[in-house]
Amino acid sequence: MMPQHVVVVGNGIAGITAARFIRKLSSARITVISAETDHFYARTALMYLYMGHMRYKEVKPYQDHFWEKNAIDLVRGYATRIDTASKRVIMGGSRAIAYDALLIATGSQSNMFGWPGQDLDGVQGLYGIPDLVTMERWTEGIVRAVVVGGGLIGIEMAEMLHARHIPVTFLVREKGYMDYLLPEEESTLIGQEIRDHGIDLRLATELGSIQSDKQGRCRAVVTTGGDEISCQFVGLTVGVRPNVDLAKASGIETNRGVVVNEYFETSAADVYAAGDCAEFNRDGIGSRRVEQLWYTGRNHGKTVARTICGLRTAYDRGVFFNSAKFFTVEYQTYGDIQARRPASVRTILWQDPAARKLLRIDYAAQGGVVRGFNALGTRLRQDVCERWILQRAKVQTVLKQLRRAHFDEELGPRPYKQLIRAYKQSEMSHA
Amino acid sequence: MHSTPSLQLTTPGSRYSARERLGLALIGVGLVALISVMFGAGAGANALSLWLTMGCITAGSAVLFSGYLKRPAGVDNNHVWFTPATARGMAGWLLGIVFTGFYVLLYWAPHNLEHLVRMTDSLSYMLRGEAADRWFLYGFFYTVAVLIMGARMILKYRGNRYQIVRTGSVMFFQLGFAFLLPGILKMLNQPEYYFSYFWPLKYDYIWPNSISYFTSASGLGVFMVFWGVVGTAVATPVLTYFFGKRWYCSWVCGCGGLAETAGDPFRHLSDKSLGAWKVERWMVHSVLVFIVLTTALLWINSAMGGGLLGALTGVLSQWYGFFIGLVFAGVIGVGFYPIMGSRVWCRFGCPMAAVLGLLQKYFSRFRITTNGGQCISCGNCSTYCEMGIDVRWYAQRGQNIVRASCVGCGMCATVCPRGVLRLENAGRKSRYNGPVLIHEDRVSVQLDDTWRANRPLMPPAQEDIPILTERDVQAMQLGGSRAI
Repeated sequence: MMPQHVVVVGNGIAGITAARFIRKLSSARITVISAETDHFYARTALMYLYMGHMRYKEVKPYQDHFWEKNAIDLVRGYATRIDTASKRVIMGGSRAIAYDALLIATGSQSNMFGWPGQDLDGVQGLYGIPDLVTMERWTEGIVRAVVVGGGLIGIEMAEMLHARHIPVTFLVREKGYMDYLLPEEESTLIGQEIRDHGIDLRLATELGSIQSDKQGRCRAVVTTGGDEISCQFVGLTVGVRPNVDLAKASGIETNRGVVVNEYFETSAADVYAAGDCAEFNRDGIGSRRVEQLWYTGRNHGKTVARTICGLRTAYDRGVFFNSAKFFTVEYQTYGDIQARRPASVRTILWQDPAARKLLRIDYAAQGGVVRGFNALGTRLRQDVCERWILQRAKVQTVLKQLRRAHFDEELGPRPYKQLIRAYKQSEMSHA
Repeated sequence: MHSTPSLQLTTPGSRYSARERLGLALIGVGLVALISVMFGAGAGANALSLWLTMGCITAGSAVLFSGYLKRPAGVDNNHVWFTPATARGMAGWLLGIVFTGFYVLLYWAPHNLEHLVRMTDSLSYMLRGEAADRWFLYGFFYTVAVLIMGARMILKYRGNRYQIVRTGSVMFFQLGFAFLLPGILKMLNQPEYYFSYFWPLKYDYIWPNSISYFTSASGLGVFMVFWGVVGTAVATPVLTYFFGKRWYCSWVCGCGGLAETAGDPFRHLSDKSLGAWKVERWMVHSVLVFIVLTTALLWINSAMGGGLLGALTGVLSQWYGFFIGLVFAGVIGVGFYPIMGSRVWCRFGCPMAAVLGLLQKYFSRFRITTNGGQCISCGNCSTYCEMGIDVRWYAQRGQNIVRASCVGCGMCATVCPRGVLRLENAGRKSRYNGPVLIHEDRVSVQLDDTWRANRPLMPPAQEDIPILTERDVQAMQLGGSRAI
């Protein structure tokens, strides 16, 4: 059944994708509520605003006239509660918006782990525009910054500060950068890239506490090892957690996130949740129970739009893929590459450390079926890699056809011969 | 707290290193010396003035741009929107006024440039065997700008082979085909001819009076006419079919050459709005229609022995030369770099770009391929497109980019942080791939009647892109995924 009025709370990638696809599927009235900004912007581009690559205008994926043209009403305001019985969203003040179907797409919040001093001035995470505004204020004219947490946001923040000529100390709990996701060679290569940019990368180092000056502003961090690092800004980038405030206040079932099934249906009728804030009620729906990537947000939004419009569709994560950029090194991954490879999986690795390029193909030791790809500093074609994985292509086939996946710039170098040599060596070492 | 949506980040203090300051100082000295020469300083020592001013500017640029080598190779657009010169700040407007002012002097008050022209006499004698004139001065400055800023471009994008080769190509064609060769021809008493320009950009190359002039000159003149006709009638469609319009616009053309080198710091200033695109299409095609009509009229007139137009012929060609050739291509096209971006002329005025664009759009293997569902909508591609194409619009829906105006500079693919874009020449069948994200085929294949019936509710804002055809739908329902 087609709802008359769909209300979406949150104008991030999941909420906006849902709104756009609901518009494609129906003529329902659509209202998108956001407390953060008037318009949808690319959260992934926050760093480029601070670095001066783009202005706010440029990080909005659609020009402002798009929303009116497509009859998507934008409401700036904070949704405090959902009255699921009378089907109304309660806004700040006494305002309420009635809905027939409601999508919670409230995204994430930055993690804080109760460190002493985490609420001081000059200490913050990085998730949205408000964070960028405070970061702008706290980092003006400072001498050193410390970034805590070796994930994707941490390295982005380090790059941002570096672009502003602010010396950065980067505390990473693990022995290698992102070594919980990346095999050793990848982790090492990125560690070198970080250091090449003059970042004071400290591996296997954890935050103990943040020290305050007399004005309540951070003046130093102390590691668990007892080292004190003087700094005027601390970036806490130790992951994000689903923003469940709205669902919790409304009596909707939450765990880590807003609990949903494979149709993004919550415990309340006609209330859906998608994107970072959703948590699947069992394993095997997504790649994890909580998926917090740009791509998964977009996929959630597109799928839930169909369900809301009466074309009930189960979520299908498909072949895993993700991408990132570590300073100048691009990263793409397809399929399943594990940081610690089990004995049943073999790998072909080619790398050119001087050029910061690396290509890895993992395949099953028995039968040679390809499992996944990691590319650093070189680009692969998604549909080709995906098809190899779906069709359970063998490693020999993939190597033979590797040119099809080539996506680096024209006239650029192609590492295929070296890769085939690496494969032969790998096979010989197992023979 | 409501954050302000028109987020205006403060400008961080510029931090020039000692090296950069030295470079800027040397360039400054060279420019001041040039202005002094313009007002008559060093009039007795023209050759010395030339080498001193150019030496200072070149050395200063070398010192300044060698800073790129200090940083790891990669996309280097930090502070572009914070720097007044590249963000339409005061320095940007000042630069615009200086560039525009130079063109105004060159076209309408050349006597002010007399001393500068004399300064280049020695070089002109060496190359052409005769004294310099203002056009030689202009060509000299133009070539120096392409070479110096081309070197900067190669340093800046040294991690990208496509950018290096392409920049080398425009430097080669500017220096060889647009500067040295015409000079040498002059020395040999041949007609001055630019082998890198074709009709309709060089609008008079196939006009009746030019052809009679060239053919009356010598054997070489006949070859020039042949070259011009082949360039327009054969090379243009054939090369554009295989490589897209880039073979000319961002590899050979002198206007493109300057835009791709001296214009690189300003490429992000192009207008990306839908309105600008509409203006662009009307304007550039109007110029094309005008030049085609003019050329046709001139030939008819010539066939009728001047009976059709009479004295009007000269008027028509003069007006075109003045408004399009001088005002548009020069004053606005280059003078406004720091305000409207580096490709104003190419985008809104160049009839050659219009022809190449039509061929590229309807009769070419060239496209920018979008890599599945990898786009993160960040906007770097659109921002750094000098032609004002909203590349992200296509990329974020997994769609290939097939646009008449794309000059194939490759910058969208270079600045993309996720490896989403690639310039390619490949089979024409796979060019338009529809707006479906590959990864989501399984979700979007079940396009039922409701979907189709309601589709008009989502009017494609950029209307000339085909949405899904029935064949696309059938292919997806059958296969689930497309052929490579």
